[in-house]
Amino acid sequence: MSERKALLEVDNVTLRFGGVVALNQVDFTLYEGEILGLIGPNGAGKTTCFNAMTGVYLPTEGQIRFKGEQVSGKKRNKITKMGMARTFQNIRLFPEMTALENVLVGADAHNSTSVPTALLRLPKHWREERQSKARALELLDFVGITGRSDDLARNLSYGDQRRLEIARALATNPALLCLDEPAAGFNPAEKVALLELIKKIRDSGVTVLLIEHDMRLVMGVTDRIVVLEFGRKIAEGTPEEVRDNPKVVAAYLGVPDAA
Amino acid sequence: MTTETVKKQRWKLNLRDRFQDLPKPARIAAMVVFVVLLYLLPTKAFYENLGFPIPVGSGYLPFYTTGSDMAGVLFQCGYYILLALGLNVVLGYAGLLDLGFFGFFAVGAYTVALLTSPESKLITEYNWLESPWPWLVTVPIAIALAMLSGVLLGWPTLRLRGDYLAIVTLGFAEIIRIVAKNQDWILNGDRGIPSVGHPPGTWPDGEAIFDLEFTPYYWLVLTVIIAVIFLIRNLANSRVGRAWVAIREDEDAAELMGVPTFKFKLWAFAIGAAIGGLSGSLWAGQANFVNSNTFSLENSILVLAAVLLGGAGSIGGAILGGFIVIYLPEWLRSVGDVFGWPTQVEIAGIHIDVSPTSLRFVIFGALLIVVMIYRPQGLWPNRRRAAELKDRQKEVAPVE
Ligand SMILES: Nc1ncnc2c1ncn2[C@@H]1O[C@H](COP(=O)(O)OP(=O)(O)OP(=O)(O)O)[C@@H](O)[C@H]1O
Ligand SMILES: [Mg+2]
Repeated sequence: MSERKALLEVDNVTLRFGGVVALNQVDFTLYEGEILGLIGPNGAGKTTCFNAMTGVYLPTEGQIRFKGEQVSGKKRNKITKMGMARTFQNIRLFPEMTALENVLVGADAHNSTSVPTALLRLPKHWREERQSKARALELLDFVGITGRSDDLARNLSYGDQRRLEIARALATNPALLCLDEPAAGFNPAEKVALLELIKKIRDSGVTVLLIEHDMRLVMGVTDRIVVLEFGRKIAEGTPEEVRDNPKVVAAYLGVPDAA
Repeated sequence: MTTETVKKQRWKLNLRDRFQDLPKPARIAAMVVFVVLLYLLPTKAFYENLGFPIPVGSGYLPFYTTGSDMAGVLFQCGYYILLALGLNVVLGYAGLLDLGFFGFFAVGAYTVALLTSPESKLITEYNWLESPWPWLVTVPIAIALAMLSGVLLGWPTLRLRGDYLAIVTLGFAEIIRIVAKNQDWILNGDRGIPSVGHPPGTWPDGEAIFDLEFTPYYWLVLTVIIAVIFLIRNLANSRVGRAWVAIREDEDAAELMGVPTFKFKLWAFAIGAAIGGLSGSLWAGQANFVNSNTFSLENSILVLAAVLLGGAGSIGGAILGGFIVIYLPEWLRSVGDVFGWPTQVEIAGIHIDVSPTSLRFVIFGALLIVVMIYRPQGLWPNRRRAAELKDRQKEVAPVE
């Protein structure tokens, strides 16, 4: 355990929206190679935590460090380039682009073709197009939507759209993948498949931060869990520890299981 | 329903699809023939061979016009098409509303005028230049300066979302016009700059190619348009074009997927400005005389109308739109002349100008309203953008 290397450090982060305290001195560390679950009742601040990490919001107080470097205040696209990628609770694909093009936008994060290169069709343009396309097709296959590459994103089924979002995020070559309720609206069979996919992603060397309401899924896949309630961290530990924690039980008591 | 059948239903009668289905050599051959016809368009032989009657002294009816000559109208169409292509990059591709696009045209035109005219104050008063420069040398400078003004304008405004950009660009074009009108120190106000240089070249008999005759200017602008189309397509089908579409569809998501949104918006702005400046320098090369009267706000609105009428985001649309906004009033005027439409009427002692050229804003206003009601995506739309528009209409009634 002493060998673990911190990848993401959320250090006493507080985030207020006017009077609403969406995050209240939240403090946790994510280690390389693990799958960390971030759970909590509705409105607990989970999505807000993602937004603070990825640069959508600036924390009112506290720091977020990624690979030892402070991310708050950095540009969003720079944070992505540093190796943090995410999906969205409400799917936000580029609806009129094809599945392949969506993934290519992600892959472009590490391409450097700009106007002069594209204008003159220099070799770098062709090389990057070729490599990105191969990588994108590979990723569509990896998440299990081979054959849909030329369909517009808006025409994909709900489940395929969620998978496509994961492929697009993976295309940015992240060290950390943040999934915001990737199983929302999935049937049990699809959830099992997603569980396998998340494990596959971790095994390919990507650290995963997972927001999920479905307890069975969270317990089945995560190494550790952080529990938020009303913006505060109320528990942290292995799935077993968290499950037996009376505070967590209380927080979830009366909250019907989303599954 | 699979996407296949949807596509088939929606685009069954689409000419574009039929064209795309042709084998590649056939497509290229068709394009070549089409382009050759475009070059022949202002020549008399073209109409004679098509069998159109050509009334003496009145031009090549029914396509054209009594008062002005065909090549002149086509040249004007040409530089408006260039303007529309430039604005299309800004508005159609990156989704940025630029209401003062003609300002870049002014920058290009004034740059050429100042550097090529022997009566430019840069020569006569300030001694910055020894003698006028050749037109061809000043074109890249005009483009660069237009681009620079685009960058300077975009730098502070493109970080903001929404209507700020529209207002700032509107102000920019007006400032240029008003400064040009009221300042004597360099642009010479209403008196303007005469004797602007022309493009180079002589016929075998020693006569200058680019002089009073419009046809060579039309050929020049047509050639430039073709080159610009190729370059814009290179951009559209690349990382740059993907970034633009992503920004247009969901700017936040694009940024979170690593797209440097500010950089690519600024590029779109700079490229649009460069094309606008190029158009201005071509116009100045023909016009001989540049003053502030050319740069009224109406022209910016006309270019905007061209892009929206044709279909934002589509190269074909920009071309069609740029053509329509110039050609239609000219054509109506010539038809009016033939049928004796008056240029002026007198109502209660007030003379009202009713020539189609003067009424063109009424005509386009009406046309634009009709098109926006029945075909909001424009006459020759970009497929992707047309679909985005439909999605946005649905968003009015959100579905949870
Ligand atoms: N942009 C915003 N402006 C104001 N309040 C906000 C904003 N975003 C989130 N909030 C508030 O912050 C709190 C936390 O919201 P958040 O979306 O992070 O919850 P969550 O844990 O993701 O919930 P859920 O499970 O429903 O997705 C909520 O009270 C929410 O109303
Ligand atoms: Mg949430």
